[in-house]
Amino acid sequence: MARAVTTQHKTIATTAAWIVALLIFFPILYTIITSFKSEQEAIQGFALIPSGTTESYAEVQAQSGYFKFFLNSVILSVGSTVLALLIAVPAAWSMAFSPTKRTKDILMWMLSTKMMPAVAVLFPIYLIFRDTGLLDSRIGLTVMLMLINLPIVVWMLYTYFREIPGEILEAARMDGASLWNEIIYVLTPMAVPGIASTMLLNIILAWNEAFWTIRLTTTDAAPLTAFISSFSSPQGLFWAKLSAASTLAIAPILIMGWFSQKQLVRGLTFGAVK
Amino acid sequence: MATQQTRSLARFMMAPSVILLFIWMIVPLAFTLWFSFQQYNPLNPIRDGFVGFSNYALFYSNPAFLQSILNTLAIVVSVLVITVVGGILLAMLLDQPIWGQGIVRILVISPFFVMPPVAALVWKNMIMHPQYGVFADIARFFGADPIDWFGQHPLTAVILIVAWQWLPFATLILLTSLQSLDGEQKEAAEMDGAGFLSRFWYLTLPHMSRAITVVILIQTIFLLSVYAEILVTTNGGPGYASTNLPFLVYQKALLEFKIGQASAGGIIAVILANIVAFFVMRAVGKNLDK
Repeated sequence: MARAVTTQHKTIATTAAWIVALLIFFPILYTIITSFKSEQEAIQGFALIPSGTTESYAEVQAQSGYFKFFLNSVILSVGSTVLALLIAVPAAWSMAFSPTKRTKDILMWMLSTKMMPAVAVLFPIYLIFRDTGLLDSRIGLTVMLMLINLPIVVWMLYTYFREIPGEILEAARMDGASLWNEIIYVLTPMAVPGIASTMLLNIILAWNEAFWTIRLTTTDAAPLTAFISSFSSPQGLFWAKLSAASTLAIAPILIMGWFSQKQLVRGLTFGAVK
Repeated sequence: MATQQTRSLARFMMAPSVILLFIWMIVPLAFTLWFSFQQYNPLNPIRDGFVGFSNYALFYSNPAFLQSILNTLAIVVSVLVITVVGGILLAMLLDQPIWGQGIVRILVISPFFVMPPVAALVWKNMIMHPQYGVFADIARFFGADPIDWFGQHPLTAVILIVAWQWLPFATLILLTSLQSLDGEQKEAAEMDGAGFLSRFWYLTLPHMSRAITVVILIQTIFLLSVYAEILVTTNGGPGYASTNLPFLVYQKALLEFKIGQASAGGIIAVILANIVAFFVMRAVGKNLDK
């Protein structure tokens, strides 16, 4: 039964919603616009129509080797997510399908590790990384990001796996399916959507992680978070270049994010709000 | 149903996650705890040794410490108020029938996906810059003097930036919760002649209370450790005006190499986080029983 909606009501709501939405989106929009201005234009005052030059993009790559940082971001976020999935899938699987009395405690404990403030272990981790030569290495940072997101990965997978009906497994077993066949033909197809959503959200989280990626890298393993932070001490005015670098840094993840709104709610609330 | 065999298999499958997280939680924290009772300076190792609680005393007597705690709390509380109140209003607006709802949602959620350094730099240079920022342009348009945000109101500036990043998160979760509200219930309330305010107070708000709790708790965890936004914009200054606890610990550890004091600060941060964590766990745990 649909509620009767007057056109007037809808017009007002639409106008209000669009104004608010555009205000919230404005800093991003203005960054994109500015990235298509020349440096001169960028500081000449407020203007929404850029000249459309792409020189800033070319310069960002030429001056700073932007692509290297981009590549590091991709390697770190995808690598740490895949690593986390490899470790978390079996754990979430066993917790969802053969839970014990302690399953809940283990899940809660895993969640609690997520609440440890990073800054409390900054120096020990820094020391360990320095003494093992992991400082500014992709491997070290991949492991780091994996550990940070592992609790969320386990939790998300657990909430997805728990929705797979156990009876199907029993039916497959009755039909004489081996454990291997059970995993390949019965469980995997049902688990893939959950795993894919988990992967998406965790790539986003790893991509945007801005504490360890800044503190544990200098040049070789530095991802976009570290690269952008290096702009914080300005040498002259370079709004357009800054905008171009920022646009490139957020574009891929913004687009991924738009597709993962639902999973975001679920993943970040540990299944508490769906 | 669980046989001995499946049970040991389950244990085997869980082992890597549990062991890794256990090491991750215990080893660095043990180091920090140990360092917090030591005098340790990598640049000046002569006076190293056990010093009891004096690091805590030093950290405590440092005027920056109290300010950093107050700043930490100011950031957490202000951002929570802005995002929860704003989030409720926005969620209710977006829950109305509107044209182009999909696009509006995408626009509203976007800031959440912007990495903190980018968010901070964009606000610092393009929005709040006292000369070239959009706010300055607007101020000049109305004939007012542009505000020097990071010089005069550094903490407010940081709070605004962080709130911009988290408002979408609150909105999205509250909207999700709002959309699960039974339409018939709303209609019944309307037919009974309940006005907008009483519908909001007696129906909508109680329905959203769980989601609001979750938003508050989860944001608190992240807000307690705001870092990149401060590093990129104010670098904690002027003075300690926008230094929060994580930033102070970072300064002590990696800039001044006062490892003992930094570790003591880290332990204090852990205690703070644990107090919050206690409530988070209760809220999430309750849901698990359902």
